[in-house]
Amino acid sequence: MNATYDIVVLGAGPAGANAALTAAKAGASVALIDEGTQPGGQVWRPKSAAIVEAPVTPESRSGDALRKSVAGSGVTLMPGARLWQIERPETVWELQVLAGERNVPLRSKALVLATGAREYVQPVPGWTLPGVVGLAGATALFKQELMVSGTNTVVSGTGPLVFYVASEIRRLGGTVAAIVTPNSRRDWLGAFPAMLQRPDLLARGARWITDLMLAGVPVHWRHAVTSVTGSDRVTEVCFRKVGANWSPDGAEQMVKADSLCLGNGLIPAIETAQLAGVPVRHAPELGSWVPETNEDGSTPVPGLFVCGDGAGIRGVAAAEVHGKLTGNAAVSWVAGRNPKPDAKLVDVYRKSARFGLAMTALSIPRSGLQALTTSETVVCRCESLTQKAIRDEIASGAGSTNAVKSGLRCGMGPCGGKYCQTAVARMIAAIDGRADAEISPPTPRPPLRPVPVSALAGDFDYGDLPIPKPAPL
Amino acid sequence: MIRLVPDQSRQVVRSEKVEITFDGRPVQAYRGESVAAALLRAGHLRLRNAPVDGAPRGTFCCMGLCQECVVKIEGSVTESCRLAAENGLAVASIDCGPL
Repeated sequence: MNATYDIVVLGAGPAGANAALTAAKAGASVALIDEGTQPGGQVWRPKSAAIVEAPVTPESRSGDALRKSVAGSGVTLMPGARLWQIERPETVWELQVLAGERNVPLRSKALVLATGAREYVQPVPGWTLPGVVGLAGATALFKQELMVSGTNTVVSGTGPLVFYVASEIRRLGGTVAAIVTPNSRRDWLGAFPAMLQRPDLLARGARWITDLMLAGVPVHWRHAVTSVTGSDRVTEVCFRKVGANWSPDGAEQMVKADSLCLGNGLIPAIETAQLAGVPVRHAPELGSWVPETNEDGSTPVPGLFVCGDGAGIRGVAAAEVHGKLTGNAAVSWVAGRNPKPDAKLVDVYRKSARFGLAMTALSIPRSGLQALTTSETVVCRCESLTQKAIRDEIASGAGSTNAVKSGLRCGMGPCGGKYCQTAVARMIAAIDGRADAEISPPTPRPPLRPVPVSALAGDFDYGDLPIPKPAPL
Repeated sequence: MIRLVPDQSRQVVRSEKVEITFDGRPVQAYRGESVAAALLRAGHLRLRNAPVDGAPRGTFCCMGLCQECVVKIEGSVTESCRLAAENGLAVASIDCGPL
């Protein structure tokens, strides 16, 4: 077993990397583990090795600065590493990490989880067709490969991400067939006061929208994509006007396209915190269910900290500061001191969070969006389970996500329920007439990420297996 | 036409080209890019067939979560969005087929 670190930080995005840097600066021994090849997380995702040169963007600039800071710090960086199991048998956290093709156990006194977010996509007929990618997923393609998802793309979804994605498609040489967003202009007007907290970001957003309008890209406000058609790939995208709660109520329109970027807001990635024993609560204003977390990242579990979007979708600016506050608190905990929060940092955190929460408020799907999922729509992509199959299971008495999971395998496929469980929970609430807050996410089980058996089996050949001699007859 | 967001695609310089194969057919890739990106550029959108209904599937989340883009490399199931292209890499699609 390796030496015990003071602090292990999971996730090297703006929150996790800043937590690690702050803790290392204060003298703690820190390991920073991340799935990616380099720090940056999703928002500052690094370019792939195939990109020799590319124009600088605000994201690439911030990401490069962060990567430089981590490289020049005392933080032990473990890129390409995936945490798949957490335990604390006694006082020390024991982590199982898949690094490359090997399993590496790690130990730490304190654990900081900065697992970020994943996106919610309301299932619609045809959303499993090749050519449909997540809205946030498309940004990963832009940032990592400087590539667009098709030659003629419909960009659809909620919040500011639709405009960022459409704008990036144009910057990277693609064509935007149409923008379809359930938000109204009035929704955006309502967010304006909070956006004034960050005039720089407000100006950037205004530039995207003005450019799209000058280019004549159709923007369908208060519309949602209702279906995608094509035999083995996207060829047409249909959309309809939506009402105040975003249920479709207008005539169907169609646009030809070979790609669709589709997403309805971000959801905190909480499985790791749940597995570590942190209680979760339903907080729709923060994206969905969140681990109980304080401003300094501390949680009801001693020695366990959560920061960044994984604690609630407050956006990148808040995540950076939350990481710093959490790094401080984790160092204090390891040293057995009471944390002294930096009042100035707390103030910056609250201001940044106000902007981020306004963007989250625009992105959160409203209840009517569920009507987009028809009975034949595949909801669980891994097991190809339709809405009807899940609805029948719920009607027959499966009143929790765990019950649907054990009854149908819904959420037990390779993605581990990351792309179906939120939709399933909302279905249960709607069918049983209960509040969303009553339908908790399923119990996460290790492995948190797929683990090849070879990584656990160690180095031996089949021939090395001891086979006892057969018993004499 | 005035563009507030200029097209910068020509300013991107990529690494040297290599050749990978997808189900035996040659596919041009840039060394170090993700296999998912190379296949997408070459127009190979269907990467596998889903279990149960046998429907075509391709890259979806682009960040290693959804497992839709998995392919077979030397017999191992691997996420093509997290795998870098190298010369001679043989990539096979997975066909679970209808049950």
